[in-house]
Amino acid sequence: MRRLILALAAAGVTALPAAAQNVQQRLPVCLACHGSNGQSQTDGVPSLGAQQPFYTTVQLLMFRERMRVADPMNEMAKGLSDDDLRSFADIIAKLPAPKPPEGPVDDARMTRARALVDQNRCNFCHTPNFAGQDNVPRIADQREDYLVKALRGYKDNSRHGYDTAMADVIAPITDEQILDLAYYIARVR
Amino acid sequence: MSIRPYSLVGFIHVVAIAFGLSLALLPAKAQIPSPPGATPSPPTPNLPTSPEAQKLHGIAAPPFPAAPDKLPLAQLKLPPGFKIEVYASGVTNARSLRLGDKGTLFVGNLVRDKVYAIVDRNGKREVKVIASGLDRPNGLAFKDGTLYIAEGTKISKLENIEDNLDNPPKPVAIYSDFPNHVSHGWKFLTIGPDNRLYVNVGAPCNICIPPPENAQLRSIALDGSDAKVVARGIRQVVGMDFHPDSKVLYFTENQRDWLSEDAPQDKLNRLLHPGADNFGYPYCHGGDIEDPIFGWGHSCDEFTKPVAQLGPHSAPLGMRFYTGQMFPAKYRGAIFLARHGSWNKTNKIGGDLVVVYLNEDGTVKAQEPFMTGFLQNNNYIGRPVDLQQMPDGSLLVSDDYDGAVYRISYGNGGATQ
Repeated sequence: MRRLILALAAAGVTALPAAAQNVQQRLPVCLACHGSNGQSQTDGVPSLGAQQPFYTTVQLLMFRERMRVADPMNEMAKGLSDDDLRSFADIIAKLPAPKPPEGPVDDARMTRARALVDQNRCNFCHTPNFAGQDNVPRIADQREDYLVKALRGYKDNSRHGYDTAMADVIAPITDEQILDLAYYIARVR
Repeated sequence: MSIRPYSLVGFIHVVAIAFGLSLALLPAKAQIPSPPGATPSPPTPNLPTSPEAQKLHGIAAPPFPAAPDKLPLAQLKLPPGFKIEVYASGVTNARSLRLGDKGTLFVGNLVRDKVYAIVDRNGKREVKVIASGLDRPNGLAFKDGTLYIAEGTKISKLENIEDNLDNPPKPVAIYSDFPNHVSHGWKFLTIGPDNRLYVNVGAPCNICIPPPENAQLRSIALDGSDAKVVARGIRQVVGMDFHPDSKVLYFTENQRDWLSEDAPQDKLNRLLHPGADNFGYPYCHGGDIEDPIFGWGHSCDEFTKPVAQLGPHSAPLGMRFYTGQMFPAKYRGAIFLARHGSWNKTNKIGGDLVVVYLNEDGTVKAQEPFMTGFLQNNNYIGRPVDLQQMPDGSLLVSDDYDGAVYRISYGNGGATQ
């Protein structure tokens, strides 16, 4: 299914010359993977609802400039103007915030992870309700698999932030702790 | 704030949420069991409890440079007789500055991947990209026609670059024996009177016992051979210059975060004993405070003291000795340095240029503000990074926040532009 969506996305990009595509025309292609209601149903693809516009603008810029490499986003961001990036960011910020998954919650794991959150001050930059601020993204109720991927990317240096904040905090965090943190953040209310 | 859509003003206006409240945000079932009315566990030592402090985070520059007519020139204050103007705008994330023999100004990047060349033809300036796809190309040095570029994990060079600005070759690596780390992984580069490269290798963390290959300054021959460690115990350096007479290396050093609102002091150091001096990190900060964790069993007296303290968290970056004739005589031989401005402090300081006057023996006589105004109502409207003295004695300043280079001149020196 994901491969099909990616193929469609790629087709959407190449079917029209970049200049002929405005933000509204491209948006359905984005939301096909990221979810039209702010909530992604696609493995490994983040929910974008209520994301901080400064953060989104910077990430789109990094995709466009290939400072962050992630298929198919580099292709998707090709040819976008600075104003396009800002427009996408503003539209995405107005999508509803994602919701935590249904189902039972492992209380012991939540407690363990909360201690890690406090210890590593995730709730400082990301704010106490994890809604983010400025260049610091909303992470509350993000997809768990994406959070694991993002944290592992910072850990093994395959993902560079626009600044070094995540590299600084991730250094002492183990992979086991990454799994707990992602579990918690994906379910936080 | 019409300059940019996503200003920091919004951050300041965010309603403060008490630290204790974060526990209440947990799903009901996941709350940590505690007796009714119990006070929450005390936080880890060194973690601030004030909500204002808990919101502190590194300040990201806007992703796009400010438009020429939005640059904050009107807010910048200088001593009487000095004038500031825009030298170049649209230079995204303008960091280190270096001047070529033929008058080309080279500008490095930190969060972007480019090195720019600004060519001045009778006051009409053109900004060209001469290298891109680089890894944090913050460090630049220039010697005998060759531009040296220090990236995150290597130093490379572009020979005869001023003759090839429109068709530059790819940089050729000459040295790559650097540890790869994101935190403080960027470099400042200069060339000494001994014709060797001088480069920092920062601590790979805010505060930790660094690996032996980190937290040091190295000296390397211009062909990339013969690397030597010349100083240790240094957290991060983003500016250095050699004294024009004594040839002693002076450098700014940024000290640790999260110790307290007003400590430790960032430093101006000098290297009197190359190969022997240790400046204290991670045991002693600011020259006078032992680290609350790593400082046990150590004393600041074990380490080389700074020649000046430059303000807590103020982030002194670029520094250059002034040797020009344009400015009044009292500035000759003084150090101009750029304080990028604090982030890890609720009442911000910095965002200015400071002038440091030296005694004959190289110690510091006094320091005073030279240019202020980048900090307005506890928000930055620009952040100075590096300085470059021009042949006419004027002084250029880079601003990575607005993506611009400014020119400071004095008296009639300003009339020629």
